[in-house]
Amino acid sequence: MSQLVFDPSKVMDIDYTKRTEYLGQLEALRAGMRTLKEVPFQPSLPDKGYTNRTLYVNVGSLEVTEKPVTQQMKDVFIGGRGFGLYHLWNAVKPTTRWNDPENEIVISPGPVAGMTQYAGTGKSLVVSLSPQTDIPIDSNVGGFYGPLLKFSGFDALELQGKADKDVILFVDGVKGIIRIEEVEGGPEDSHVLAELLTHMYAENEKDLPNVSVVSSGAAAAHSLIGMLNFSFYDRRRKCVRFKQAGRGGIGTVFRDKRIRALVVRGPKVAGDLNHPVDPETIANTGIKYHKEIRENDGGQCMMRRNGTAHIVEIMDAYDLLPVHNFQYGSHPDVHKIDSAYWQQRCTQATVDGCWYGCSMACAKGADGLVLKTGPYRGDMVTVDGPEYENAAGLGSNCGVFDPDYLLELNFYCDTYGICTITWGTLTAFVMECYQRGILNKERTGGLEMTWGNAEADLEMMHQMARGEGFGMIAGMGVKKMKEYFIKQGWGDPQLINDIGMENKGLEYSQYMSKESLAQQGGYALTNKGPQHDEAWLIFMDMVNKQIPTFEDKAEALYYFPLFRTWFGLNGFCKLPWNDVVPADNAQQPEAHKVPEHVQNYVDLFSATTGVKIDKEELIIQSAKVYNFQRVFNIRMGKGLREHDAAPYRSLGPVTKEEYESRAERYDQQIIKEMGLDPAGKSTEEKMALHRQWRTDRFSKLMDSVYARRGWTSNGVPTLARLKELGLDAFPEVVDVVKQHLS
Amino acid sequence: MKQLVIDFQKCDAGRNCNHECEMECAIKVFKVDDPAQAALQIKAYEDGGGKAVLCDQCGDCVVVCPSEALKRNKLGVVMIDKQLCVGCYMCIGFCEKDAFMRNPDWIVPHKCTSCGVCVKVCPHGALSIQDVPEPAVRII
Repeated sequence: MSQLVFDPSKVMDIDYTKRTEYLGQLEALRAGMRTLKEVPFQPSLPDKGYTNRTLYVNVGSLEVTEKPVTQQMKDVFIGGRGFGLYHLWNAVKPTTRWNDPENEIVISPGPVAGMTQYAGTGKSLVVSLSPQTDIPIDSNVGGFYGPLLKFSGFDALELQGKADKDVILFVDGVKGIIRIEEVEGGPEDSHVLAELLTHMYAENEKDLPNVSVVSSGAAAAHSLIGMLNFSFYDRRRKCVRFKQAGRGGIGTVFRDKRIRALVVRGPKVAGDLNHPVDPETIANTGIKYHKEIRENDGGQCMMRRNGTAHIVEIMDAYDLLPVHNFQYGSHPDVHKIDSAYWQQRCTQATVDGCWYGCSMACAKGADGLVLKTGPYRGDMVTVDGPEYENAAGLGSNCGVFDPDYLLELNFYCDTYGICTITWGTLTAFVMECYQRGILNKERTGGLEMTWGNAEADLEMMHQMARGEGFGMIAGMGVKKMKEYFIKQGWGDPQLINDIGMENKGLEYSQYMSKESLAQQGGYALTNKGPQHDEAWLIFMDMVNKQIPTFEDKAEALYYFPLFRTWFGLNGFCKLPWNDVVPADNAQQPEAHKVPEHVQNYVDLFSATTGVKIDKEELIIQSAKVYNFQRVFNIRMGKGLREHDAAPYRSLGPVTKEEYESRAERYDQQIIKEMGLDPAGKSTEEKMALHRQWRTDRFSKLMDSVYARRGWTSNGVPTLARLKELGLDAFPEVVDVVKQHLS
Repeated sequence: MKQLVIDFQKCDAGRNCNHECEMECAIKVFKVDDPAQAALQIKAYEDGGGKAVLCDQCGDCVVVCPSEALKRNKLGVVMIDKQLCVGCYMCIGFCEKDAFMRNPDWIVPHKCTSCGVCVKVCPHGALSIQDVPEPAVRII
């Protein structure tokens, strides 16, 4: 396949300033609000990246307190996801479940977050006990909330308790006010609610970019797959836009706590609010990176034009794009939703970073979409890009190749507050169940869930938002749907389990891992479940072919989960690490690690915090938190080898059609990998050989990866590993592990 | 739009002058006694020629600025609003002429605004402010 060339003359002429406005509802919303509690606080800016205090709010008891950030917290947990896991551990018991009042949602941006000179530095990390997995989930999200919270005076926000009626938590980092307000009536869906709240809490038009809203939507309360939208004000479009903390159902916890929204109003952002120790290094590193984007992006990933959707056609070409619930890896209609289309459909002459200084600017927007269905039918809206995950999940995986419907699905997922990745995978599962007669029109209440039926897909989502019909069953997610279908006696249990793409209760994200052993492990051997952010190895495994041997793959499953964890400790985005690379990267040793960029991160951390690290210490920082999270999972009743098992669809061909569609490849593997002769064998016999070979290989991978990570063969971190990382300083952590070492 | 233009038929790349243009810019515009901080920089090539690093008001930086701190004024000159600047330096990184500059003591970057103070002091009469058509906005 050839490199796509951007042609500005083909970009659709859509007025990106035009959309339906909802500000007419502002006074009605205001009339339904009353203050429950108001507490003053002293706003402060960070010093070396830390404000050195966190905010605790119990939305049930209305307790509002500040907590100090200890040196141990910084040394062991760094910030971001580390702080989230630390607070959550202290808040819950092994018996706590997602909807218990003591469960928390913790939002923490990390010490580097809020830097404006380098791309991808505005992230918030959100941690909670997941309704889908019953273990901690962590989500890395853009938007302005985290940085503005820190610039108001807090390194983290802990939300605990449950309110009786919907509440809004407002933190005014300029005036020094924390206010909990009750709200009756008014909108719940994010695109309306966040627009109203941004205008309500901004002092004037110039202040709009200094306000950020966290909200969910109507479907979050009726499902387990709720998501949180983190807003940012798009100055050129003059509208509120979002990035999503999608995975694992944190939006469901949010609505279960009866939190309607979080609002922060921060100070005007400037380039030095983190008060780093070495601003010169930060400036020089940032400028160097901006130049790299300018010079290389157009010939590499074109992130500024396409966002992450640039890989749709690459995945298709390498037979890795999920099609029809991960049955196949390519489809002839993919050209309708590939990046050549999206770069014409997305607005190009604007700035699309989700935090200041992001020269990668992948948060593309599709403007002027007039909705065809649902409660906002007829409204004109601006929708996210879509990202690759959405094009693949809502699109090819469900057989939807109509880009307008794909955008509408994306829009409603966002405003209803559900995860697009989860929705894509669970809908693909429903559609395959429909294809195979596990579901039918009677069982779905009339929904014809055939491949590509976007209207039925949307109606299932609208049902969920209304809290009715088959949409409520879908909203339980794949794991609980599987259990439900099997209980109803609707199909062969093994088939249902094989094709239901979940691990630990979380749905797979959108990569076909059958031929990528590294990605099979990258999905299943994860802490939170099969989300590619922990170990997105498929590209280096299958496209760049940088980790060819079994040993390379096992090593990658040690290094990359730790390396990528580090982004979440600090408030970094992962994309600028390898979605552009220096021109001479391929000539560098360990090119797949992008060594120059690793050094950038080492420099940015040291220059912000004053704590000198190198690339080895970076990995050790992550290993502390990663192993702590593994022990946390074990404490909550998961985190062992059995919980890292993968559904067979992720490892190999489940059905005869799948095998026969790639028969030559599979037959060759029988010859070359198994040393057998496929001639004369039936497809069923050959499938059985593959199943044995593939599951054995995956099991061997687990053995190797666990050993490399310093875990037992049951997946438990050893006491020696805990000691090496200094985690033996936490007796509770050691106690959990001791119970599983024998 | 107003654009500072240098004529290398007249400028000898500082070989027979004291870079008065740079010094005047540094002192009058930026209030520093350091020509390295001037918004135009004259460089001499070893082969006898030279080049000037200066802003031609192309407007690429306006396109990439995330905080709308960069806008054209009524003369078409790209001006920076210090109140809106967030110090991200994308303007520096995306300037193909390396004309956007940074003083380590200031957070806000700077560049030539075609003010013309340098024009008056050039001993060779090589600098001028010219009225040229504003280029079309580029997708950067």
